[in-house]
Amino acid sequence: MSEYNFAYLDEQTKRMIRRAILKGLAVPGYQVPFASREMPMPYGWGTGGVQVSAATLTPEDTLKVIDQGADDTTNAISIRRFFQKTADVEVTERTTEASVIQTRHRIPETELKEGQILVYQVPIPEPLRFLEPSEVETRKMHALEEYGLMHVKLYEDISIHGAIATSYAYPVKVEGRYLMDPSPIPKFDNPKMEMAAIQLFGAGREQRIYALPPYTRVVSLDFEDHPFDPGRADHACELCGAENSYLDEVIVNDRGERMFVCSDTDFCESRLNGNGEGGA
Amino acid sequence: MIRVSNLSKRFVLHNQSNAVIPVLADANFNVFPGECVGLAGPSGSGKSTLMRMIYGNYLAQSGEILIGNVNVAAATAREIILLRRETLGYVSQFLRVVPRVPVRDVVAEPLLTLGALRDEAFERAEAMLELLNIPEHLRHLSPTTFSGGERQRVNIARGFVHDYPALLLDEPTASLDAANRDIVLDLIEGAKSRGAAIIGIFHDNDFRRQICDREIDVTQFMPKAA
Amino acid sequence: MTLPLLDVLGIAKKYGGRTGCSDVSFALWPGEVMGVVGESGSGKSTLLNCLSGNLVPDTGEVLFNTRCEGMRDTLKMSESERRRLSRTDWAFVHQNPRDGLRMNVSAGGNIGERLMGVGERHYGNIRRQAMDWLGRVEIPENRVDDRPATFSGGMRQRLQIARNLVTGPRLIFMDEPTGGLDASVQARLLDLLRSLVREMELAVVIVTHDLAVARLLADRMMVMKDGCAIESGLTDQVLDDPQHAYTQLLVGSVLQV
Repeated sequence: MSEYNFAYLDEQTKRMIRRAILKGLAVPGYQVPFASREMPMPYGWGTGGVQVSAATLTPEDTLKVIDQGADDTTNAISIRRFFQKTADVEVTERTTEASVIQTRHRIPETELKEGQILVYQVPIPEPLRFLEPSEVETRKMHALEEYGLMHVKLYEDISIHGAIATSYAYPVKVEGRYLMDPSPIPKFDNPKMEMAAIQLFGAGREQRIYALPPYTRVVSLDFEDHPFDPGRADHACELCGAENSYLDEVIVNDRGERMFVCSDTDFCESRLNGNGEGGA
Repeated sequence: MIRVSNLSKRFVLHNQSNAVIPVLADANFNVFPGECVGLAGPSGSGKSTLMRMIYGNYLAQSGEILIGNVNVAAATAREIILLRRETLGYVSQFLRVVPRVPVRDVVAEPLLTLGALRDEAFERAEAMLELLNIPEHLRHLSPTTFSGGERQRVNIARGFVHDYPALLLDEPTASLDAANRDIVLDLIEGAKSRGAAIIGIFHDNDFRRQICDREIDVTQFMPKAA
Repeated sequence: MTLPLLDVLGIAKKYGGRTGCSDVSFALWPGEVMGVVGESGSGKSTLLNCLSGNLVPDTGEVLFNTRCEGMRDTLKMSESERRRLSRTDWAFVHQNPRDGLRMNVSAGGNIGERLMGVGERHYGNIRRQAMDWLGRVEIPENRVDDRPATFSGGMRQRLQIARNLVTGPRLIFMDEPTGGLDASVQARLLDLLRSLVREMELAVVIVTHDLAVARLLADRMMVMKDGCAIESGLTDQVLDDPQHAYTQLLVGSVLQV
C-alpha cells in the first residue's frame, strides 16, 4: 500500500519510544526523556502523541482520533488519515470500538475499558514550569518530592479570583508520588483519569513521555478549605439532552445565537441514535 | 563584686610605624556591692581605658577582671554578651542607636532583651523617661535629633532601666543642669542602696565628693617607663 | 554550657589555585548575631555560601543542632535533608531581593510558599499567616495580592525577610541585606531585624562590608582578609580596640559622619 515503514517511524525509533513508554508505565507520572523525531507536521499539532501512537499501534488495532472531543476537526482528521496511509489500520469514530484513541484536550465521555489505550498530546509536560523556569531545579523538585510550589499557583488563583480558577491542565498527584500535568484537558475530565485503560502522554517538542497504568490513583491538588471541584455545565446538551457531559458553546448563525452541545461528538451521536452506550 | 588584679594594657598601632603605647600596668583594686568608686586622674591617665577594659570593650594584655565569677579579660564573646545583658550596665558619654528608633524603644531594649513582657518593659521605660524629664512628646522620636543633654539623659535611663548588679558610669552628668544632676545622684544612691557595685568617672568635683565612697587614683597604674 | 546552634570547623574552599576561604571556625548560639566583615574578595561570600549549602567546601564541617537528631554535619546530609533544612530551620536573605523572591508571584504567595513547602494545605491559614507577617515587616495588608515588582526596594527586602521567617527558622544567613538601600530605608530595616532577632531568638550570620551596620546589628564580629578570619570578638571590642594591622586599617578608613 505505501512505501512507508508501518506507522511511519522506523523500527529502531519505535523501540526507543516503547522503552520510554514502558519506563513511564513502571514509574507512573514520571517524565521520561526520549529522542523525539521530526514528524511531517508542525509542533503543536500533536507530534508527541503521534509518535506514541505510532510506537503503540499494531496492524490489528482500531484507531480513533479526537480533538476537543470531536472526530471531525481538522487536526483529528489529518492524524487519522496519516495513520490510515502509513499503517493501514482500521479507524473508527466509536469510542467503544477503538483499541487506541489519540486525543487532544478531552477524555471521551464513554467509560474506557481494559485493553484500550488513550494517547494524549501534551504541549508542556512540566506542571511546575510557569513558576520555576529552570529544568535542573524542577527535576530536583520531582526527585525530592518538593511540590509546595504547585500550591503557590493554586494560592495565587484563589487570592486573585476567589476560587481555584485553573480550569484546564489542572495539576494532579499520581499514586501519592509524582506531580503530573494531565495535558490541557478540562478539569471536568480529571476524575475520569482513574480508569481501566492505559493512558500515555507524549510531548514532542519537549521530548517527554509519561504514563498511567490502569487503575492508577490520580488526585487533583487542592486546599482543605478550597476542595477540588470538577465543575459541571448548568445546561443540558441541546442535541442529545445529556446533563452530565462536557459542553461546547457553538455559535449557530450570523445573528450570534448560540447553543450548548456535547463536546464528545461520538457520545452525543450514540445517544441520538438510541444506542445508549453513552449512558445518561 | 568587681575585682581587678595585675591588669595591664598597651596599644599597638600597626599602621603608624608599629608604635607601642603602654597605658596601664599592674592595676589592682576591688569594688564591693553597695559601693561607688570614682576613678581619678588627669585626662589621658587611662580612666576611660580602664573602664572600657572592665566592660570588655578593650582587650587586656594580662591580668584578671572578675565581675561576679566571670573573668572579662579571658571570657569568650558569648560570655561577655550574657554578662552585659544581665549583670554589667554601662552609661557612656555617647549614645549609639539605630536611627529612627523611638526613645522609649531604646530605653526598653535592655529589658526586652532580658525577656521582659513588652507592656512591662515599656511601662518601666516610660517611668524612667518621666523621672529624667524627657517630655512625653519627645518619647516617640528618635534620640538622634536630641540635644546633648537630652541624649545623655536617654543614655542614663537606658543604663538604669534594669537593676544591674554592677554599673560603669563614664561622665554621666557631663552636660546636665543642676536639677537633672540631682536626679542622677538619686538614681546612683538608689543603685548603691540595692547593692550595686559602681565605678564612675566624674569630672564634676562636687558631684564626685557627694556620691563616691572612695576614689582610685589611676596615675598609680601608669606604666613606669611612660 | 549548652551546645551551640551552629558549629563551624575548619572550612576551606579553593577556586582552582586561588583561595576562597581557608580554615574558618566559629560557633554560634541562639540569639547571637555574628557579622562577617572584610573588603570585596576577602572570602565573606564564599564562607556564607559554604555554610548555607550553596557551595561545597573542600574541607571542614558545618555542624547544626537539629531539632530531632542533635548535632549533624550538614555537609554530610542528603540533598533532600539539606534542602528541607534550608526551607524550615534555615533562611537565606539575599542582597538583591530579586534573587530571594518570586517576582511574578504575589506578596502573599511569596510568604506562603515555605508554608506550602512544609505541607500546609489550608488556604485560610496560609493567608492569615501571610497577613500577619506583612504586618510584622511593616507592609500594609492591602498589598498582599500585589506582586513584588510593584514594591519599593525597602519593601521588597522586608518581604524577602517575611518570606524567610514565616516557618520560624532558627538560623539566618544574610548577604549584605542592607546593601543598595537608601540610608533611611536601611535604618528601618536594621531596626526591624534587631527586633525580630530578639523576639524569635534568631542566630544570624550576616555578611557586610559596612562597619556601621555590623556595629548596630552584630553582637560578635569576624574580620576576613584573603580568605582567612584574621580577628574575631565582640563587635565593639573589634571596632574600638582592633588588634590586627588590617583591622586597624579597616576601622581607621571609615568616614566619620
